[in-house]
Amino acid sequence: MPLPVTPPNIRVVTLKIDDQDLSAREDETIIEVCRENAIPIPSLCYLDGLSVWGGCRLCMVEIAGQGRLAAACSTRVTEGMEVRTSTERLQRYRRTIVEMLFAERNHVCSVCVSNGHCELQTMGQSCGVDHVRVPYRQTPYPVDSSHEMFRLDHNRCILCTRCVRVCDEIEGAHTWDVMGRGSDCRVITDLALPWGESETCTSCGKCVQVCPTGALVKQGTSAGEMVKDQHFLPILARRRHAR
Amino acid sequence: MHLEELAEKAAEFKAEDAHVEHEVRVCMAASCQSSGAAQVMDALDKAKGDGQPACKVKGVGCMGLCSAGPLVAVADKEADLAGSVLYRDVAPEDAADILGSVGGSPVERLRCPTDQPFFARQRKIVLENSGIIDPNSFKGYVAAGGYASLVQALSEMTPADVLREITASGLRGRGGGGYPTGLKWSTVAKMPGEQKYVICNADEGDPGAFMDRAVLESDPHRVLEGMAIAAYAVGASKAYIYVRAEYPLAVERLQNAIRKAKRAGFLGNKIADTQFSFEVEIRLGAGAFVCGEETALMASIEGLRGQPRPRPPYPAESGLWGCPTLINNVESFANIAPIVREGGDWFASIGTEKSKGTKVFALAGKIANTGLIEVPMGTTLRDIIEVIGGGIPDGKTFKAVQTGGPSGGCIPEAHLDMPVDYDSLKTLGTMMGSGGMIVMDETSSMVDVARYFMEFCMTESCGKCVPCRTGTYQMHGILDKLTKSQASRDDLALLEDLCEVVQATSLCGLGQTAPNPVLSTLRYFRQEYEEKLQGETGA
Repeated sequence: MPLPVTPPNIRVVTLKIDDQDLSAREDETIIEVCRENAIPIPSLCYLDGLSVWGGCRLCMVEIAGQGRLAAACSTRVTEGMEVRTSTERLQRYRRTIVEMLFAERNHVCSVCVSNGHCELQTMGQSCGVDHVRVPYRQTPYPVDSSHEMFRLDHNRCILCTRCVRVCDEIEGAHTWDVMGRGSDCRVITDLALPWGESETCTSCGKCVQVCPTGALVKQGTSAGEMVKDQHFLPILARRRHAR
Repeated sequence: MHLEELAEKAAEFKAEDAHVEHEVRVCMAASCQSSGAAQVMDALDKAKGDGQPACKVKGVGCMGLCSAGPLVAVADKEADLAGSVLYRDVAPEDAADILGSVGGSPVERLRCPTDQPFFARQRKIVLENSGIIDPNSFKGYVAAGGYASLVQALSEMTPADVLREITASGLRGRGGGGYPTGLKWSTVAKMPGEQKYVICNADEGDPGAFMDRAVLESDPHRVLEGMAIAAYAVGASKAYIYVRAEYPLAVERLQNAIRKAKRAGFLGNKIADTQFSFEVEIRLGAGAFVCGEETALMASIEGLRGQPRPRPPYPAESGLWGCPTLINNVESFANIAPIVREGGDWFASIGTEKSKGTKVFALAGKIANTGLIEVPMGTTLRDIIEVIGGGIPDGKTFKAVQTGGPSGGCIPEAHLDMPVDYDSLKTLGTMMGSGGMIVMDETSSMVDVARYFMEFCMTESCGKCVPCRTGTYQMHGILDKLTKSQASRDDLALLEDLCEVVQATSLCGLGQTAPNPVLSTLRYFRQEYEEKLQGETGA
């Protein structure tokens, strides 16, 4: 999904986020306004420059007058909107969601190449996850090291689909996709071929850079060595859409 | 074409059968076929041979009482089910006896009384033709007054007139949510844009629900007619029917209906000699429950992975390929022709204050009369289960009725006198859903029921959003431990926490409602959970 084209005559609205008066263009989403104004909103699937996915549900916020919570990444601002981003209830939900993510696959930070540079790890810390209440699934997943430059470790994947989106929307290769259902979902290259045998992969490495965890990494990195650089993405995305 | 011309055509089709006085109607819907209706039909055809020219053996749609199938009705040509002699559990060997009885005295040993409450207490609108006309016969549908509503809409009504009637009828979406149909149609009609779509959601997936299947198998033209009227009202020219591949008979009859309607000029270009054109295409679902969710369904039609996307934008604004899209379920469309024919006020006179018309329910589980019924909204659950459904078999006592499938909940004895409509079921912690009702007796464990539905949601979760994908897995794990009496009080508390998180944060309806079976059984049958706790007495 391409970024929405800005229609002419766009209006500016005013709204309140956590009691802070703010103005925003009416085609902006809550998460964009929050990021602009340095209001922290957790998210693992949202990334500036990629299409909205709405899968991690960590950016859920409360909007006054609405019974249901709203995902900040997929909700546009409206005039007079009053948003709360960090109530006790939201913090509790976020914590539970992060716990369930840790329990879903086999996240062992101490031996992970992304240790110290991992968005899931940081999320756990900022959400106050000091232990995991739900039982670990403990299902072993394969590791694909067939690519000469990169490695895919399903044990560390959180299915945020950033790799799928960056490959499709920015690189234009659509090497990545998702197969299966529920917790059996897996990211795959081409039609579930080993990554090294993919005919569509351009080895650009964008998927590795946007991956929030140690699921996609460079070959030859050891524990804690994989540092990722995502600053290229918003710049590249804006150039693509300016054309 | 005008209504008079259509009436002439209908008379012409009727005249083709002028020599027929009696009909032997064999239910050829899926459930009777599964107990041998096709063989019965063959035997009847063979036994009749060329004799008895005044008698016609005819395959028809569902007559409702599926537990007594194969069903055969012997009737005068114009008679409905109540006016016919109904036979139950018919075997091919009974063919000669049945044919021998036509016009004479009935075969008493096979007789199934049609004055029993199961038939007498129903009110049929959606199923008015079901069990009477041949679903494979275009002529039969027209002879029964079919396509008159479409011709009436096209020749005598503006799209705004149609919208007014549908809004006045108070019809609400029969797929489960109960969104006002008139409002939905008006929204799509008001959207700018050249290209709009109509979608019929026939991806019926709730365990124990088979209303839409029966409608498609018994009266497919009615659904097409409703869709065509909808397309005219909202300004669409292209439609899709998304039907699950597990309904091969429904698919076959739909295909047949589309082909014949096209040939007769009721689908395609310049329908009924007007400027209105309308194409219908069938898309088969590949067995994913989540594709019944409208945004996932549209993704699937577009050829993408069947998973939901955040709403808004709603399909009315940005649906199929970004175009305004009207999406309704089978039963909603099946209500349209009668509403246009009889008027919105007539429809609004049936039912309760906020839920109008009738509702088709599929009765399943521990109930004497398993099958399909149609009753006015506001009928009490007790009437449905004890009177129409015939109560609980084998001398057992009633425990709960589950409505709304995996998104619904269980209703205990104490609330059986509640009139059924969208809002009353919501106050009971369940929902109307598409109309499945699973009755449970004293031998059913409610923890088992909750575990079953959670397993269903877990395996059907698409995996896109974290709370549904991981939450259903974790909740299922705890429920599984509970059924094995291995869960602790902490586990039960955690289960309730997870229910809250999954309900509040999931992306689509599947996840948001997945905790409902647990929450409703906890609300009414908490004792059963307590008894299952590890190391505590009563297990």
